[in-house]
Amino acid sequence: MSKAAGSPKVADLNDLLAVAYQIEIDAVERYNLLADQMETHNNPELVKVFRDLARAENIHGEEIRRLAGDFDVAAHARQIAKFERSESPEQADLGSAHYLMTPWHALQLSLAGEERALAYFTSIVETAKDPKVKNMAAELVEEEAEHVNLVHRLLRRYPQPSESWAEDLDPPVSQE
Amino acid sequence: MAKLPSISIAIVGSGGAGALTTGNSLLEAACAAGWHGLFTRTLGPQIRGGEAAALVRLAVHPVECLPDRFDLLIGIDWLNAHRFGSEIKVGPGTLVISDPQGGDPPPMVTQSGARVVEIPMKEMAKAIRDGRPNMIALGIAGRLLGLSIEQVVTPIEKRLADKGPAAIEASQSGIKAGFGVAAGIDFGMQLAPPNARATRRWLLSGNEAAALGAIRGGVRFAAAYPITPATEVLEWLAPSLAKVGGVLLQAEDELAAINMIIGSSFGGTPALTATSGPGLSLMIEALGLATSAEIPIVVVDVMRGGPSTGIPTKSEQADLNIAVYGLHGDAPHLVLAPQSIGDCMFTTQWATYLAETLQSPAIVLSDQFMGQARAAIDRPADVAFIGARSVATDIVGAYERYALAANGISPMAIPGTRGGQYTADGLTHSERGIPTSGAADHRAQLDKRRDKLEHFNFGDHWATVEGAGDVAVLTWGSVTSAAREATGRAAADGINVRLIAPRLLLPAQPERMQTALDGVKRILIVEQTHGGQFHRYLRAHYDLPTQVRVLNRPGPLPIMAGEIYRAITEWR
Amino acid sequence: MSTVDTRLARKPAEYKSDTKPIWCPGCGDYHVLMSFTRAFAQLGLPPEQIVVVSGIGCSSRIPAYTNCYGFHGVHGRSLALAAGLKVTRPDLTVVVASGDGDGYSIGGNHFLHACRRNIDMTYVVMDNRIYGMTKGQPSPTTEPEFDTALSPGGTRVRPFHPLVVALASGANFIARCFSGEPNETAAVLVEAIKHPGFSFIEILSPCVTFRPDEKSWKDLVHPAPVTATTDPGKAARRIMTDDGFNLGILYRGNREPFQPAIGATSVDLSELEKDFEL
Repeated sequence: MSKAAGSPKVADLNDLLAVAYQIEIDAVERYNLLADQMETHNNPELVKVFRDLARAENIHGEEIRRLAGDFDVAAHARQIAKFERSESPEQADLGSAHYLMTPWHALQLSLAGEERALAYFTSIVETAKDPKVKNMAAELVEEEAEHVNLVHRLLRRYPQPSESWAEDLDPPVSQE
Repeated sequence: MAKLPSISIAIVGSGGAGALTTGNSLLEAACAAGWHGLFTRTLGPQIRGGEAAALVRLAVHPVECLPDRFDLLIGIDWLNAHRFGSEIKVGPGTLVISDPQGGDPPPMVTQSGARVVEIPMKEMAKAIRDGRPNMIALGIAGRLLGLSIEQVVTPIEKRLADKGPAAIEASQSGIKAGFGVAAGIDFGMQLAPPNARATRRWLLSGNEAAALGAIRGGVRFAAAYPITPATEVLEWLAPSLAKVGGVLLQAEDELAAINMIIGSSFGGTPALTATSGPGLSLMIEALGLATSAEIPIVVVDVMRGGPSTGIPTKSEQADLNIAVYGLHGDAPHLVLAPQSIGDCMFTTQWATYLAETLQSPAIVLSDQFMGQARAAIDRPADVAFIGARSVATDIVGAYERYALAANGISPMAIPGTRGGQYTADGLTHSERGIPTSGAADHRAQLDKRRDKLEHFNFGDHWATVEGAGDVAVLTWGSVTSAAREATGRAAADGINVRLIAPRLLLPAQPERMQTALDGVKRILIVEQTHGGQFHRYLRAHYDLPTQVRVLNRPGPLPIMAGEIYRAITEWR
Repeated sequence: MSTVDTRLARKPAEYKSDTKPIWCPGCGDYHVLMSFTRAFAQLGLPPEQIVVVSGIGCSSRIPAYTNCYGFHGVHGRSLALAAGLKVTRPDLTVVVASGDGDGYSIGGNHFLHACRRNIDMTYVVMDNRIYGMTKGQPSPTTEPEFDTALSPGGTRVRPFHPLVVALASGANFIARCFSGEPNETAAVLVEAIKHPGFSFIEILSPCVTFRPDEKSWKDLVHPAPVTATTDPGKAARRIMTDDGFNLGILYRGNREPFQPAIGATSVDLSELEKDFEL
């Protein structure tokens, strides 16, 4: 299924900045949702990991706002930045969450998100007609590439989890 | 010619003989002429063509129980009539009209000492074009009772209005012929003249009365799943609700019906359903939901013979247990019981008002006897019990649907009200309505739901308390009428007996009962159950005097005034 | 020139409550919640005008996670409750949420009659082919060979086909979605709510705890190869023969929704007594 279909139309620089901004905001929302899930399910280590990731994405969002200068990138994003077919590229896959997940797993999700964002901006570089859009997209590609590297570095800190990472000695509980 | 305050007539026939039409028409004729009366019936198991008996009691004053013995028995035919032996008591004072072509009179007639007069009703009917024996019988009964031909013909004309002039003429001829042949019979008794006061009166069944009471109380939605003997409540409601801007929806089963009315009530529209024992059993789970989520609803249970499928066409009072104790968990709720056909209207209206005020389900325990009997009653007074739910409006801040309040009643936000959003839940919940398993919240909400009922002032309608003396008859529901007649007879004999019949069964009213029983040394509990459910209920909820006797019998036969009178007088 | 969408005056966040879901992380229902809030925002309805009605089960927990009115009723009876609500309050938007157990097993009978009645409401069943809340018993849509404690070796009973049953019973709108595509699901939900009469959406929503095998669903689902039909015969053929992973709106009917007139007339109550007057 074509993921490109249903991506927001990027006709000019303002559109691109708005979409880039929305991507970060969507990621913040998603990481916070995952942090909430981990909190409800008593995985404090992952609460911290996801809140940290949310904070990082928030900073990225602020950077894009600065790039946009006086232009109200948030308002414009609300109008145009809708991913109709797929989820916003940096939104971690909710279906891959697990209450016993480890930081390694969270970072894998983050990595996948950054890679998707990288691919997305790369496709804009390739298809954009407007040189301003092309240039900014290229900058964003560099940014995302840095993020990808960062996540790789972080991943090196965490060992791959053992085979039994999902093992819970307690049985499931029926609540109703 | 004895002028009696009450005369009772039974008309028996089978296979489409029209015994019930005869009985109903006789009632209508007498009531139009100013008398009061009661009509019930007893039937064979067939859907059509079965044996049937119309049981009519006419009187100068309102009556709602059958006589100990019938004065007149007309057998249009006697096919399978022996089945009615225990219900139609006749004796030496009874006049029996028998058709020689109608089969042999059953032992209940031949062994009773009753006077039998043979009249060839079938043959007489054949002599009339489209003639029917039951019109002959109607004419005979009318003449013997001292009614005029016009009085007897009028209800028939109404009934046959859309069957055309030929049918009406045939009936008129039949009635006239009956009048003619009865002229030579000395009945020996006549009804005393009706009271001259011009009161407005109604002729209706308990089921119709309950339905009207519901609408008066504010019900504008009903969900219906038919079940004998409750279906008429719903059938009356269907067009009536439409007239007042409401609606009745037929449900696929009782599980749907009870949930539909909860949905309606949640949306702000007072709602009701009617059923009988088997249906009430199905509804129990959702009654618990309504209790926990504090949603007002009314369920009318027209009790029939049980257990299980039981005797669908007969009355009994054995759903008391399930109504009072049937909900799992601690789930206090409202249970009420009308005591007469007219009281079906008042009690259902009151139940609607109470349910709405207290945000609780209310079960109204009627029964087949009241539900399907018709009686002429004085038009009941208009009462001001109209559902007035406490509704949350202009909500500011976090809305607490189940906020603890002094009277236990928390205002309900109706969907559409901004700021009032909450999720109603059967799960135990906090004041905000959030599910919880915590001890404090569970206790607080249980207290709230219990206290809102127990602290409410139900007033004098909680029970009928009549008479004086140190003996009391305790009963409820349809037995109240027979008990009243019995205590009346005892009083005439100089034996003073109190009559106490609770209309409100749940929540119990310990202080009021104590007042009612003040000075009472002996109580006679009367109920139509096999297991003494009312007796055990009284012991569970009230302090009783030490001397207690119980007169209980299961259906299908009603408990007669004479039996209760004998039980009173034998206990000296 | 970028397109400006002025429809979206509300944000999905307005429809979310503060209550944190108890669903296991990885549960498809988180996405369904997202679809709900996105759809409601898209429609621009005030949250207080929406009622989410549910029964019992994991999916039925959803009302409390929204900021709309909700009813978390007893097992299997949500459609009946919603019928009583909608018929008396046609002004409200009623969405019924259920699962494969609540909706197809104990709720099966009410499902038939809700489709038949065609009251204007939207019925969303989150199908995970298992009873999750009670720890993993088979549901009417569980594969016959799926091993569980209550059915060792599998039920050996053919699964229920809810879309066919819905069509045969009179549902006016039938769709299948996948929770893992929340935007598509939200779009279908918007259409379903807008479509008059009884709209039915089966959302395949994997259970991470008891059906980890359902992770493969994201690779099995695909858009339906043809657009929605209004011909029940065509729809029947398609639905009966598809692989169970066809996504999209499959049928749109033309039935008039059932809605009696409410509050339109009112006679004086004394009129009702006339039947009884002597």
